[in-house]
Amino acid sequence: MGFLSKKDAKLISDPLSDNNPITVQVLGICSALAITAELEASVVMSVSVLFVMGVGNVVISMIRNIVPSKIRIIVQLTVIATLVIIVDLVLKAFAYELSKTLSVFIGLIITNCIIMGRFEAFALGNGLWRSFLDGIGNAFGYAVILIIVGFFRELLGSGTLWGIAVLGDPIDKTGLYALGYENNGFMLLSPMALIVVGIIIWIQRARSKHLIEE
Amino acid sequence: MEINTEKNSYTLMFAIGLVVIVGTLLAAVDSSLKDKIRVNKLLEKQQNILYAIGINENQGNSVSFIAADKAEQEFKKYITKQIYIENNNVIEDKDAYLIDVKKEKALAKDPDYSRKLPLFIAEKDEKKLYVAPIRGKGLWDAIWAYVSMDENMTIQGIYFDHKAETPGLGANIKQRFFMDDFIGEALLDSNGNFKGVNVSKTNLDPKNNDKYDNEVDAIAGSTITGDGVTAMIRSDLSLYQSYFNKIKNN
Repeated sequence: MGFLSKKDAKLISDPLSDNNPITVQVLGICSALAITAELEASVVMSVSVLFVMGVGNVVISMIRNIVPSKIRIIVQLTVIATLVIIVDLVLKAFAYELSKTLSVFIGLIITNCIIMGRFEAFALGNGLWRSFLDGIGNAFGYAVILIIVGFFRELLGSGTLWGIAVLGDPIDKTGLYALGYENNGFMLLSPMALIVVGIIIWIQRARSKHLIEE
Repeated sequence: MEINTEKNSYTLMFAIGLVVIVGTLLAAVDSSLKDKIRVNKLLEKQQNILYAIGINENQGNSVSFIAADKAEQEFKKYITKQIYIENNNVIEDKDAYLIDVKKEKALAKDPDYSRKLPLFIAEKDEKKLYVAPIRGKGLWDAIWAYVSMDENMTIQGIYFDHKAETPGLGANIKQRFFMDDFIGEALLDSNGNFKGVNVSKTNLDPKNNDKYDNEVDAIAGSTITGDGVTAMIRSDLSLYQSYFNKIKNN
């Protein structure tokens, strides 16, 4: 990233590894459980959060010096909710098909604690450009985990990826199913998302030992 | 000039200012886009109804509606008659598809209210199809469907949609593999009594070869959405039975 200073580049790269919002800060778990039964839903959610985080962080950073600290959380919520509603309305008017896919996620975006967390921890104390980088960096960190979890849950739970059957037909017993393989329906339920996230955390901490708390 | 952002009066003014700005902004965006959104919703309804009678652009396993700009024209072409049923009276109304099923269902809780039941009659390949809009509850929020039937109340096509079912689980009711299972299913049993279609977890016919068992295969992990579909078909489509009895007897 030639055009970014080293410090700025870290804002993007840190959330992808040592400061990942889901696996290290343990934020945004709720949506990681709720919508990762399918790869496609994970990607749609990631893109939505990317947008809201990028723009939201900039807006909060813009008003950071005039926000009364007593009501800052409410202000943050208002900013997120407004952004999400405007996006929803614009999509409904100009890209109706897309808006229907997204409508399920609207509520989940507003309550995503990563967004609140970054507003609170970063955007309130930093300038526009750095806040923007921090926003998209964390959104990418979130997206990576969501996509990994979505990939395994859809593959092992439904035997499909992006809705396309990759392991054969479970009813006609073709492909892998001919050998006696069965889809694991448990993968489709939320507890398995937690276990997959747990495994990712395990792998990550096994590789970077400094993340392990005493 | 440094402002003291900790003062109560400032906090109050800030809160009021924020509400005014955000409120105005949202109201402005909403009212400027309202008409466009309304048209989109109507077109979607027409696309859904056309989907149920088999006018769609499905390829492979995808669910594809007819293009929105063609919807109105095709709707006029295929839907030859729109009616609603009120107290066993059949009333013709060329805008019956604008009847709000959600509202009618809510009003029908009052025993004195006679619910309007819209029905759209389509003619396709010399065959008459009857499309009924129905509505029920899923796990999180509303689910609804457009069901096209022949005069024997055998399902010829169906389109499900939902407001907020879980993606990957309950939301899959609008996937082909689920919707296509309903095609050919009889709503009546062999004695002509209304039975509906059960979304069954103990279905022994996953390939759905038996069309007279009043059952389709449920989706794993979406029990409550599936039960909602069963209940919606039973409660809403059974209301149309007297109309179908009438046209059969004529």
